[in-house]
Amino acid sequence: MSEIAENRQLVVPGEVLAEGMDYLPGDGAYRNQKNILSSTLGLVEFKGRLVKVIPLNGKYMPKKDDPVIGIVKEVGYNKWTLDLNGPYDAFMLVGDASDRYIDTNRDKLASIFGVGDAVICQIKKIDENLAVFVTARGPGLRKLHEGRIIHVKAAKIPRIIGKSASMVKMIKEFTGTRMFVGQNGIIWVDGGDEALAVEAVRKIEAEAHVPGLTDRMKAFLSEKTGKTFEEIEASRPSETPSTGARGFQPPVREAREFRENAGPSGEDDLFQGESE
Amino acid sequence: MSKMSDDKPKFLIKSGKRLDGRKPDEVRPMEMTVGVIPNADGSAMVVCGKTKVIAAVYGPRELHPRHQVLNHKARVRVKYNMLSFSVEDRKRPGPGRREVEISKVLSEALERVVLTDRFPMCAIDVFVTVIQADASTRVAGLNAASMALADAGVPMRDLVVSLSFGKSYDEKGAGHMVVDLEKEEDNWGMGDVAYAVAPALNEILLLQMDGDLTPEEFAKGRQMADEAAKAIYDMQKQALKAPYQEGSK
Repeated sequence: MSEIAENRQLVVPGEVLAEGMDYLPGDGAYRNQKNILSSTLGLVEFKGRLVKVIPLNGKYMPKKDDPVIGIVKEVGYNKWTLDLNGPYDAFMLVGDASDRYIDTNRDKLASIFGVGDAVICQIKKIDENLAVFVTARGPGLRKLHEGRIIHVKAAKIPRIIGKSASMVKMIKEFTGTRMFVGQNGIIWVDGGDEALAVEAVRKIEAEAHVPGLTDRMKAFLSEKTGKTFEEIEASRPSETPSTGARGFQPPVREAREFRENAGPSGEDDLFQGESE
Repeated sequence: MSKMSDDKPKFLIKSGKRLDGRKPDEVRPMEMTVGVIPNADGSAMVVCGKTKVIAAVYGPRELHPRHQVLNHKARVRVKYNMLSFSVEDRKRPGPGRREVEISKVLSEALERVVLTDRFPMCAIDVFVTVIQADASTRVAGLNAASMALADAGVPMRDLVVSLSFGKSYDEKGAGHMVVDLEKEEDNWGMGDVAYAVAPALNEILLLQMDGDLTPEEFAKGRQMADEAAKAIYDMQKQALKAPYQEGSK
């Protein structure tokens, strides 16, 4: 009937976290008879009756509605196969590739997304056989034409994004880059001081578990750029854009162009307001 | 390096002291490190006396060949390999009867603790490589493999703690139970057991015996091994937590 571990304690698989039936095992934990045990190397978190362990490592497991970056692995007759940096690949069906009608007999699928292309997409559905389907139709979803792609540990993504995207926002403002952080651990960086943005991401990846990360990153970026956080804050546009449940939404464009040919659109940070 | 000798030592234990000066229930000095292979998803190195083993984990990842796919769970594939320079006489590289058997028993031991049902149709690959062998390589490999899995963030019910125990003879030829065998004890001893447990769940995961032991001797050896396992378990926990502890980056 009691908590054995402390909040934010580092545990290994098999360590007893709580005793008694008053607690429920969350992610990273399981019940063994009357005890709640850890199943992952990570930090314990008690949330009321729920006991969970925040993992420090691990592969990306696809979840519905996750914004991700997929790398095209294979072009098929009516679908693409994308690598999601995890154990399961994703499929994109022709209907999900573009707002335009694609005729599989006339259009070459490889000219829309070719092998090796990086695509910002969203997980549409995971079926009962664990086949993952993604879509590139939606605000901010597009093929990436420029910039660079880096891979990080998927477990560190929540810290790289920060509370209501505060961390990515900070990196973007300090470095002047455009970024998109996919939930699957693939990050796109373009323009500005790309190298510094990548360095910052790598620093977060290495130090995500150490408390006081935001302040350390603030100091790190200030030192590297010679700008203070206050200056950055002051240079922000004063009017706040209208925010929906998804964060900022761009006005809907009528008669949209073939999205993959549209090139850089600057609509790359739309989903990140809702991340942890 | 001494040449492979065929002459049997007069004793392996004399007045409670083993050839290398250890007490019967004492394990060799051990060193455990995680994250030794940056390209792997998880890795660990275990040094136990002169035995040195590394383990690398890749996955969960797509399983190839596809016909081996299990639809309801992941497959834990272990490849145990001894490098050609790991023993005194050059070991012919490649898997033989012994390597295939060890790979199988290690994979079965790990499959008992890994939550394989979380990753249907996947493979979790574990590569156990013996760099230097001085007996008890499979148990050192299993320790390293369990730590590498935890390091990779693979969900598992418990860690695996394993060690060997066996029977050594004294100058009068009488048997004495000892834990964590080294090479001479393994070669000339009267019996040896590879033993692995899940400490938190109290389950046996590996049990292989070579030679003869009476039930009483076996019970005594197991008791000694369980006691020694506690120290190994603590060491594993410490090694896994070390990279995240304060002061280290």
